[in-house]
Amino acid sequence: MNRRVFLKGSALAMFGVGFMPAWLSRSCYAADSSSGGRKKILVAIFQRGAVDGLNMVVPFGEPGYYALRPSIAIPKPDGTPNSAVDLDGFFGLHPALAPLKPMYDAQHLAIVDAVGSPDPTRSHFDAQDYMESGTPGYKGATDGWLNRALPVQSGPASPLRAVSLGDSLARTLRGHNDAVAVRSLNDFQVHDARGAATFESMYENSLDTMLHGTGKETFNAVKIMQSIQKQAYVPANGANYPNGGFGKSLQQIAQLIKANVGVEVAFADIGGWDTHVNETGGQPSTGQLANNLAQFGQALAAFYQDLGDRMEDVTLVTMSEFGRTVKENGDRGTDHGHANVMFVLGGDVRGGKIYGDWPGLQEEQLYDGRDLALTTDFRDVLGELVARHLGNSNLKSVFPGYESPKFRGLLV
Amino acid sequence: MTFNGYRLMKTSSTFLAPALCGILLALPAAASGKTRKPADDAKLFQKKLPKDEQILHALDRLTFGPRPGDIERVKRIGLKKWLDQQLHPDRLAENPVLEAQLQALESLRMTPMEAVQHYPSQQMIRAIANGKQPMPDDLLLRASVERLITRYKVKQAEAAGLAAPPPDANAELEPVRALDEVLAPGELETIRTGNAERKHELLESMPQERIEDMLIAMNPKQRTQLFGAAPSPIRREIMLLNSPQQVVAYDLLDSKMLRAVESTRQLAEELDDFWFNHFNVFYEKGSDRFLIPQYEREAIRPHVLGQFRDLLEATAKSPAMLFFLDNFESVRPDIDANDKKRKVKRGLNENYGRELMELHTLGVNGGYTQKDVTEVARCFTGWGIQEPRKGGGFFYNDKLHDKGEKIVLGHVIAAGGGIDDGEQVLDILARHPSTAHFISKELAQHFVADNPPESLVNRMAQTFRSTNGSIREVMKTMLNSKEFWSEGAYRAKLKSPFEMVASSARALDAHVIDGWALANQVGTLGEPLYRKLEPTGYSNLSSEWVNSAALLGRMNFALQLAQNHVESVKVDVSRFGDDPSAVAKMLMFRAMSPQTRAAIDKALEDKKQKNPAMVAALVIGSPDFQKR
Repeated sequence: MNRRVFLKGSALAMFGVGFMPAWLSRSCYAADSSSGGRKKILVAIFQRGAVDGLNMVVPFGEPGYYALRPSIAIPKPDGTPNSAVDLDGFFGLHPALAPLKPMYDAQHLAIVDAVGSPDPTRSHFDAQDYMESGTPGYKGATDGWLNRALPVQSGPASPLRAVSLGDSLARTLRGHNDAVAVRSLNDFQVHDARGAATFESMYENSLDTMLHGTGKETFNAVKIMQSIQKQAYVPANGANYPNGGFGKSLQQIAQLIKANVGVEVAFADIGGWDTHVNETGGQPSTGQLANNLAQFGQALAAFYQDLGDRMEDVTLVTMSEFGRTVKENGDRGTDHGHANVMFVLGGDVRGGKIYGDWPGLQEEQLYDGRDLALTTDFRDVLGELVARHLGNSNLKSVFPGYESPKFRGLLV
Repeated sequence: MTFNGYRLMKTSSTFLAPALCGILLALPAAASGKTRKPADDAKLFQKKLPKDEQILHALDRLTFGPRPGDIERVKRIGLKKWLDQQLHPDRLAENPVLEAQLQALESLRMTPMEAVQHYPSQQMIRAIANGKQPMPDDLLLRASVERLITRYKVKQAEAAGLAAPPPDANAELEPVRALDEVLAPGELETIRTGNAERKHELLESMPQERIEDMLIAMNPKQRTQLFGAAPSPIRREIMLLNSPQQVVAYDLLDSKMLRAVESTRQLAEELDDFWFNHFNVFYEKGSDRFLIPQYEREAIRPHVLGQFRDLLEATAKSPAMLFFLDNFESVRPDIDANDKKRKVKRGLNENYGRELMELHTLGVNGGYTQKDVTEVARCFTGWGIQEPRKGGGFFYNDKLHDKGEKIVLGHVIAAGGGIDDGEQVLDILARHPSTAHFISKELAQHFVADNPPESLVNRMAQTFRSTNGSIREVMKTMLNSKEFWSEGAYRAKLKSPFEMVASSARALDAHVIDGWALANQVGTLGEPLYRKLEPTGYSNLSSEWVNSAALLGRMNFALQLAQNHVESVKVDVSRFGDDPSAVAKMLMFRAMSPQTRAAIDKALEDKKQKNPAMVAALVIGSPDFQKR
């Protein structure tokens, strides 16, 4: 059936496209959900530039850590704000990540260490590409794992099923399923109602293979978004998102989740982790890494607080393309390395625990004699979330070439 | 199923929700367009474009879009001659209007040292406050620096734990003269409550001296409120007073936009954008804030059609790149080994060595290893900057150089070398077949198609090798190819946000008083100029720019521009009339697609929309106009 004609004759037209009461939108996308009437949601976060995982989750119980990082190591926990925040007597959080400690204590935050992509590349671009496509070492994939992770939908799907926050559609959300890039929820509209209708018709009917599909998805999403734009958003439970793009992205993801418009997967990224210089370990409260981690930690904490009970349905996972050299370089920074650390946060996460096998930092234990060795494939973590949280057990198609990820038991 | 829902809905509100759900959920099911494969490209690249379309194609690809009259101009002088002119921009007279506009943008011509003094950073303010640098002579700058120093001292006092800052410290932040001493009551009224137009008139009528007195007497907030209404020289003065470093960014953005819209040397401007992205540096990284004007002026612009080896060395030795990729801090690994006093040992930094091979020359699959990265980094130890925070130039420090033997891509670089180690690496890389291929492919992706035919890339690479990397000759090979002038290339690219904004202004023949607001629009569409953090620069691929947020942004920009709502840009749409076909012909220089045409016809049934500005906006925001 011609969608446009249909739309005109539908009940939606009676209400006017812009008017959709909150109760209606809520009940809408809940209708065919399998568990308790609401869909599970997976939020993926990318730390672009290769975060220094060893200063993010500090192995303070490992003597090699202090030997190889004489000027940038984070001091052992001593209760002061300049030292690591103890997690389990061996690992601790960078002090700028202290806002995450309550989530860890509440057993909603799990940490996976020595994890990453098995591909040896130390190119940011390639490594990000592999991690987003979910096919390390294989460049032929044009779509991303997060798009493929969407469960097969028997009926029609929400145009906001897959949302990418930021200026472009993330690589990981490209693919067969509709996905929209949203820079700002309030700005997601054509600022001229009559012009909007004309543009919609142009893009919808366009024969241009590049623009037709995206144009159509865009206008479908615009209609849903109008109901959200009507009210000013106030984060719940006193959640306080930090200034800056990443805080804004997470706030908008929370807003979309709470508006019940059918979001199932969402993506946001945060850059600036390529710390070749000045990690300043002795004064961990200063420097680029500390500032970035503070923003990162505060945003995750605010998201958790804002969603409150709704975290039941949500799992958030963080990743970065590779780790950094164990040994500091000549500029109190670190160069490109191998394995890294991932966070998994959510109501059904078996948190308060550090997962993965710690490979050690003695010289013979290092990858290439310089980097943290990898003991968990990132697809083991993502695969478990896709299969057990999103309920898509067809991992063969989500991670082609990696058919049986070894689940770590991250979820309840 | 849905019709049932519709009926039930009428009779019982209980069923209302599920019924609507069905309807809403049905919407996207029809979307399937993107799975369609593009037509058989190989054949299309063999199919020659008709003659008339060749000129349009050349203007689409080698310029920031045609302006009214361009097609006739190219016809008059002949396509071949026009191409030759564009390939030799130094023989082509520049647009005098543009040159006059650029003349006002002083920071573009400054050395980094001058820039850092004229537009002082926070560090410089500290140095002046502590008496290590002299106070500037310029009246406005002096006022600005004095205020910034006071602010700095107040902060210092607070940080030092003084319970309250000295009582007069805040008072010092206030201007010496009250605003009502400088302005007459009527003028004051206009400045406070007048609309933008009235403010603008007043500013235009005031002599320069009084404007300066007024700006100095204002507080920062009052100046900011004046910014939108101010002509561009006054804007620069406002920035100079409020936050001097912003002037450099402003001049960069303004000039980039003005050149794209108004330069006669269009291909050189396209290539400037291409090479700046290829050798990307990021404005927000420390000293790069004042190093970029020199970088673009001296390392990029002179070489856009020159020898690749020269371009490569110019970037390698530029303070902007040395700073951005940290090489200025990379030193021989053993330098502090025996220095017990140094707690923090300096050493090697691989950042530049890696990106030099991955992004600047060989490409990621160009055949280098991690070992090569380390060896290349060793070769460049000692390549640094003289006083990096104060705007010094390239400086090679032999004491910091690793003198050992290195092996780069199988070539032995003998022990005992100096600055020539790095130069040898540049030779090896510039001559490497992977570089010839990588650069040729990038150019073909930018100018021909996202997936250019391999045969074309190979021919371009062959020219690259046989001419020692002459960019002009590689471009000629591309411009003499059948692939460039084929159906496969015709309108196969999506405009980047920069190209979209510039081409809109050109098509509308807009009068760009100041390019700053247009540059901000480019940022909104996803390509903030000079602000790409990753060393990759912005992509040459169309797919990078296709997404919902950016598409909506393009439509909104079209509406704003055509309706004269973009600051400092004036568009005269009166010549258009309201016949959509005629408007499309005047803006796109070809007919629009039947789909776009049908949508606009439908819109014009509503009389309120039947005005030239709206029709122009609909054309510029259409899918057709996004292609080049």
